[in-house]
Amino acid sequence: MMKKILFLSFLLLSAVAIHAQGYKVGDSATDFKLKNIDGKHISLADYKDAKGFVVIFTCNHCPYAVAYEDRIIDIDKKYKKKGFPVIAINPNDPAVVPGDSFEGMQKRAKEKGFTFPYLFDAKQEVYKNFGATKTPHVYILSKNGKNLKVEYIGTIDNNYKDASKVSTKYVEDAINSLLMNKKPAVTYTKAIGCSIKTKG
Amino acid sequence: MINGIFNTYKSYLCYIMKILFSIALLFAINTTVQSQDFETLNFKELKPIFHLQNDTTYVINFWAMWCKPCVEELPEFEHIRKSYENTKVKVLLVSLDFGSKVEERLSRFLMKKNINAEVVILDDPDANSWIGKVDDEWDGALPATVVYKKDKRKFFARKVTYSELAETIDNLNR
Repeated sequence: MMKKILFLSFLLLSAVAIHAQGYKVGDSATDFKLKNIDGKHISLADYKDAKGFVVIFTCNHCPYAVAYEDRIIDIDKKYKKKGFPVIAINPNDPAVVPGDSFEGMQKRAKEKGFTFPYLFDAKQEVYKNFGATKTPHVYILSKNGKNLKVEYIGTIDNNYKDASKVSTKYVEDAINSLLMNKKPAVTYTKAIGCSIKTKG
Repeated sequence: MINGIFNTYKSYLCYIMKILFSIALLFAINTTVQSQDFETLNFKELKPIFHLQNDTTYVINFWAMWCKPCVEELPEFEHIRKSYENTKVKVLLVSLDFGSKVEERLSRFLMKKNINAEVVILDDPDANSWIGKVDDEWDGALPATVVYKKDKRKFFARKVTYSELAETIDNLNR
């Protein structure tokens, strides 16, 4: 009996611990400062005129991330000028996945012509704050003064394999709503992806 | 006489053709043996396997060839399959691989890794529509594993080991 109670409380505690980690839609997000592929450090506070951000945890090695590269570029091109730039962050530990090293990021960004900053979460703290679990994993934030609010968490659209067969563009729909000062109709989806690679 | 020679020549040609044909046939048989057939399913077709109400314990793993932790844990599943071979335990590996010649690549990969568990390919690119149906807890990161028997189930949203799987199977059968 005692064992059972202990086990149950352990389960409860671990459930609380899991839920306490990371943002939920509606939460305030904390700004960060990470190194970009050009060597400069970037914070969201640097973007004085932005209305919000499309923060995407992504990487070089994951086929889902690769499948979405062109679509991420398109989102940045379309929405940066409207006030919602893409901020890409690689959360992986290159000691586990060598292809996701800083040099690897520079190389990939150059090959693909990334139009957005591609930041390296070297201490693996930012993805934990956000609660990201995989690549690609999107967090749309809106900005009100200094306050950053999580408006959408999830996947980019409803077809990871074939961009031409997409029928629902979750990320674009959410930004379009925010641009009209409306709450997105869909604020949470589940994204398929490669687990974030850590040593721990 | 001329006719005779012609006939011998013809039968000689025939003989050669027969040998060539047999060699070709051998190759054909060989490749069919080598390339395992995989069922490619969408989630609607795969879904019933998560809700069977029989005496079997199902161990269902989501993986892909490019997924490093998935590949690392594959031998654990193969080990489970062998250890529980004569019991009511079924291991199913659901591959999320996609791209050109996926069946051929998968077949070669499994042979190289000596994995003999059943493999199906899940081809359903609207992942948001089905991830939650595998398990509420799953948010879509690979690898992931469901172990269940009737209505009792355990879900792992991470890499698992042989002993964790064995313990789960034994618990479900207690």
